Amino acid sequence: MIELERVTRRYGDVLAVHELSLRVERGELVALVGGSGSGKTTTLKMVNRLVEPSAGVVRVGGRDVRSLPAHELRRRIGYCFQQIGLFPHLTVAGNVAVVPRLLGWDPARVRAKVAELLDLLELPGELAERTPDALSGGQQQRVGIARALAGEPEVLLMDEPFGALDPITRDTLQQRFQEVRQTLGITTLFVTHDMAEAVLLADRIAVLEAGRLLQVGTPRDLLRAPADPAVARLVATPRRQAAAVDALLAGPAA
Amino acid sequence: MNELLRALPTYTAAHLQLSLAALAIALAASLPLGIWASRRPRAGPGLLALAGALQTIPSLALLAFMVPVLAALGGWSARALGVAVPAIGVVPALLALSLYGTLPILQNVVAGLAGVDPAAREAARAMGMTARQQLWQVELPLALPVMIAGLRTAAVWVVGTATLATPVGAPSLGHFIFSGLQTRDYAAVSLGCLGAAALALALDRVIRGLERAAARRRRGPAVAALGALLVLAGAAALPWGAARSGAGAASPVVIGAKTFTEQYVLAELLAGWLARETGAPARVLGSLGSTVLFDALRAGEIDLYVDYTGTLWATVLEQTGPPPGREALIAELRRVLAEEHGVTLVAALGFENAYALAMRRAQAQALGVATIGALARHAPELVLGADYEFLARPEWRALEAAYGLAFRAQRSMDPSLLYQAAASGQVDVISAFSTDGRIAALDLVVLRDERGVIPPYDAVVLAGPRLARERPERLEALARLSGAIDADSMRRMNAAVDEEGRTPRAVAHAWLDAHPAP
Repeated sequence: MIELERVTRRYGDVLAVHELSLRVERGELVALVGGSGSGKTTTLKMVNRLVEPSAGVVRVGGRDVRSLPAHELRRRIGYCFQQIGLFPHLTVAGNVAVVPRLLGWDPARVRAKVAELLDLLELPGELAERTPDALSGGQQQRVGIARALAGEPEVLLMDEPFGALDPITRDTLQQRFQEVRQTLGITTLFVTHDMAEAVLLADRIAVLEAGRLLQVGTPRDLLRAPADPAVARLVATPRRQAAAVDALLAGPAA
Repeated sequence: MNELLRALPTYTAAHLQLSLAALAIALAASLPLGIWASRRPRAGPGLLALAGALQTIPSLALLAFMVPVLAALGGWSARALGVAVPAIGVVPALLALSLYGTLPILQNVVAGLAGVDPAAREAARAMGMTARQQLWQVELPLALPVMIAGLRTAAVWVVGTATLATPVGAPSLGHFIFSGLQTRDYAAVSLGCLGAAALALALDRVIRGLERAAARRRRGPAVAALGALLVLAGAAALPWGAARSGAGAASPVVIGAKTFTEQYVLAELLAGWLARETGAPARVLGSLGSTVLFDALRAGEIDLYVDYTGTLWATVLEQTGPPPGREALIAELRRVLAEEHGVTLVAALGFENAYALAMRRAQAQALGVATIGALARHAPELVLGADYEFLARPEWRALEAAYGLAFRAQRSMDPSLLYQAAASGQVDVISAFSTDGRIAALDLVVLRDERGVIPPYDAVVLAGPRLARERPERLEALARLSGAIDADSMRRMNAAVDEEGRTPRAVAHAWLDAHPAP
């Protein structure tokens, strides 16, 4: 469970996030959507203290995130981002094992966890001893997700994890991720600018604009009762695009 | 040549040892400095600029500068801690070379850390690594290939520069180059250069192997390259010869020599004389810088060397006025050296090796020049060639002032090249040493100093405080050399080395054989 309570982040005179309050319930996936500069990533990074709030309180599992050292907090929070950031000097298995080793697990438990996650993300076992540069982009992000989940975190933070993948790989990986998430029942905060992705994956969507929360609700709520014209436009985008694509493909009636 | 090849392993090992030790120190210093600098965006560039400035100091100057610095430090530490830092030998060379090797490594540590992929950094932080874990588990491993490339650059520089360690008293392949240049033994010069080049190439290869292994993150080749480096270090540490260990003899008398032929001959001659008259073992430490020697003698790093009264007058007594006559100057020096420096003037050998101005005999006759006064009238059309030291010395300023000398151009060059430059007409007038065998051999003439501006340059044997205190009988034996060598004998001995290609040692022993014990 993630709670943000009147959280503000200021950079000089600029308000990146303004008095934002949001709850992500246990096992729920909330997607943060909004344009560039709307404060999605800043909001996400305040949960694992990659960014410290200027004001307000963040709680994970009911505990204020400031109650323990940042590095200990982060070991309990999975993190996965668009640039992936795999360690090029470690093997695939070594990358997945980073957090368990930081947590001081015994080697047998680490090995078992690595094998389990590679299997869960449908990565062939022979990739375990390869270095990341031998992997395709999709495989690399599968490793990135496995690494984020390896420490058995309470919550998962994802910052446009599929943003750099080609459409087919993205589609496959979105589906696989959704299955994994539902199996593990992990609480997730998910940043994306792709409304279709948000609709496909999220239990609820939070729409941000200029650092303020415009509306939170299920995709259907947002579509049915948008609180704001901007929300209406944003939520309508995937359907409008789908309709336009259908119309183009159908062609003029013969 | 055989003698050269026999000495090669000793000097190569010493060279390698010195270089590897300097690299190890440079690495140990630049790693934490580089990490520190890369975390401080404001102080970091300043540190790099400082290291860069050190790099622009000519290496020989940096090496020589270490000697007085260490002498001062040694004096302080002897008083404060009871342990003196040696001012000549391996310590100053090691310090200067380490400073020299620091920049390329430091630069590459900073560059390597700056080049770490920001995504890998962010991931390391987000996974919950502490700052220390981020550094050791992610940043340093990723910067490693770039850092090793810096080590490689440093290795090549340090091995090359280590040849210059010879004048401050650290044995290295520079011995062949410095002594070879002076005695015109070009086989020795080539051997020194090729040896240093081969060593640099070998080290470069090994470290490049390490760099590639690090870049490809292959453990096998990395271990092999590290092994090769260890083998090199081990080989360097083996006792290859007597030069390094001093033969383990009961504290031999250490005799210093400056960087020219006469000094090599006289050092060998003193060593041979001591061995014959007292049975004392003696060791010659050649190719030391002129100013290094007096400091080294006072500090007890060497026991004996030959200096010249005019030089001591100007550099040690720091006098600029006209000097007293020959005998009076010797008496004055004997008193001041003993009272103020604890140095004993043991004997005046009986000849002068004065600075002199010389030119081609034919040109001197054509211009009708026999004296410096006459030369002054023609100087504006003539080119002066002088060794580096001469133009900086008070004698030269005194000559300029007394005769109003103003040449068309002045060129400074190595003393070993001056005589040939005059003979071949590349320069017209040179600073010469009056006992140099090449004056007669190349048909040059010495111009008369009719106003007596140049002080007398009697060759005198100086002994350090330790020898005077502990072994007065050795000083008595050396005192018997008073007046034993006249200018003609010295000139012939110099010519035997410079013109006939004999070794200083052979020439000194021939003189000893011709002068049996009294």
